[in-house]
Amino acid sequence: MSSNLAHAGDHPTYNYKVVRQFAIMTVIWGVVGMSVGLLIASQLVWPDLNDLFQPYTHFGRLRPLHTNAVIFAFGGCALFSTSYYVVQRTCQASLFGGWLVPFTFWGWQLVILAAAITLPLGYTTTKEYAELEWPIDILITVVWVAYAIVFFGTIMKRRTSHIYVANWFYGAFIITVAVLHIINNLEVPVTLWKSYSLYAGATDAMVQWWYGHNAVGFFLTAGFLGMMYYFVPKQAGRPVYSYQLSIVHFWALISLYIWAGAHHLHYSALPDWAQSLGMVMSLILLAPSWGGMINGIMTLSGAWHKLRTDPTLRFLVVSLSFYGMSTFEGPMMAIKTVNALSHNTDWTIGHVHSGALGWVAMISIGAIYHLLPVLTGRKDMYSVRLINVHFWLATVGTVLYIAAMWVNGIMQGLMWRAFNADGTLTYSFVEAVEASYPGYFVRVLGGAFFLLGMLIMTYNMYRTLAAADDETEQNVLAQPA
Amino acid sequence: MDINTLRGLATVFVMIAFLGVCWWAYGPKRKRQFDEAAQLPFADEPEELAAAKSDAASKPDLSTEKERQSTL
Repeated sequence: MSSNLAHAGDHPTYNYKVVRQFAIMTVIWGVVGMSVGLLIASQLVWPDLNDLFQPYTHFGRLRPLHTNAVIFAFGGCALFSTSYYVVQRTCQASLFGGWLVPFTFWGWQLVILAAAITLPLGYTTTKEYAELEWPIDILITVVWVAYAIVFFGTIMKRRTSHIYVANWFYGAFIITVAVLHIINNLEVPVTLWKSYSLYAGATDAMVQWWYGHNAVGFFLTAGFLGMMYYFVPKQAGRPVYSYQLSIVHFWALISLYIWAGAHHLHYSALPDWAQSLGMVMSLILLAPSWGGMINGIMTLSGAWHKLRTDPTLRFLVVSLSFYGMSTFEGPMMAIKTVNALSHNTDWTIGHVHSGALGWVAMISIGAIYHLLPVLTGRKDMYSVRLINVHFWLATVGTVLYIAAMWVNGIMQGLMWRAFNADGTLTYSFVEAVEASYPGYFVRVLGGAFFLLGMLIMTYNMYRTLAAADDETEQNVLAQPA
Repeated sequence: MDINTLRGLATVFVMIAFLGVCWWAYGPKRKRQFDEAAQLPFADEPEELAAAKSDAASKPDLSTEKERQSTL
């Protein structure tokens, strides 16, 4: 069966080629990004690893490579792949845009390649999650506009009257990321690989974290909620728990997230009222986040027994549990008094990974395990047992990681704020670093578990694709001349 | 106008907008329409649609989808 063909039925032939390309690259970039993550986590335990190939393998240069690779390469490819799949299936229309469709694939791979080359070379705007220099920023903008044309063009030629809720989330993600990317990357080029931000001082910081938090809110949340609203019902074989709740969820989530970024700048030069606004909006954000999480999990009511036999469904549902956990933790950390303890500690890194490994990666992995058999015309993956092994490695890895960072973060916060009776600091900074050592080692273990799971997934994917190719060949041979 | 009046009005406006969305989503008139929309992930596979439509309100278990397909 050709990868370009969907199930027989009363609908046009879907374009599965680009979905398949992005799905494969999701797994490959996942392995690459998480390997770099494991390396820099190891550097914090064994600092000699910084010297593998100086200055390119220094922590300071590899850390942005890790974040860009996992967010924009792994997460980005997962979003492209699933959004192109979901928009076609729920609109019952093939992708709009002709050559723009392959352009988004190759353009996005070029962006990733450019990032992988320039970041170790030290070219950076120094804006977190927006480190890429201006020529790459322009390329991202062009690819993104093409993506928007393909996505919304497909929605416009839909054969269904209603636009399914998953597409609303994907659409909000595409539009908002365009706005965020363009506004935060307004910069004055000095040379080909050096530019300066158009903003200065506290304004620059606020624009950066308005971008930074909404990269979390729209790239890493809204887009993946779109994934949730299609793949959880589809894998469970039941419609979403409450479609009405999904509508309230959508409007509440997108109108609140945009205000929460200021919580990254508590106790900074940002005006106090802006900090308080960021804190209040972050607290309110708990409501839509949990509304969506409950909507996803309750979709399984009456079908819980499927979790026992279906590890793909388990990935999807456990990702929602981690989503609920990290969206409770986030508002709590945005409270100024809690933030006074957690700010700049490893707790923040633990929180991010609770969302990134537990929510974003697990729901993507679940979606890809659902997609690969469909795209290759098979009933299942090559090995369902290996999906189960991957599930447990990913879960144990995530728990080890975030538990280690909780312990480290709270300990660091307490040590930094400890005073003696005469007003001097009880601990020097380096004492807190030394005390963090065991936690850093546990983090390496957790990361290794998670990466091992991804390697197993790569093998499973390879065997699934290879088996599908074999079957195609046999079918061709079996046909009479 | 005092800036604080504007802030107060903005809060009221956002609350009205939120209540409006809730009213629109949960209005009994649109219930049936949304129940149909919830079936969209299954709608492009005809045999599923038939099963889903027969009993949309009670959320049918579509786990037999694969078995049915394999018998085709």
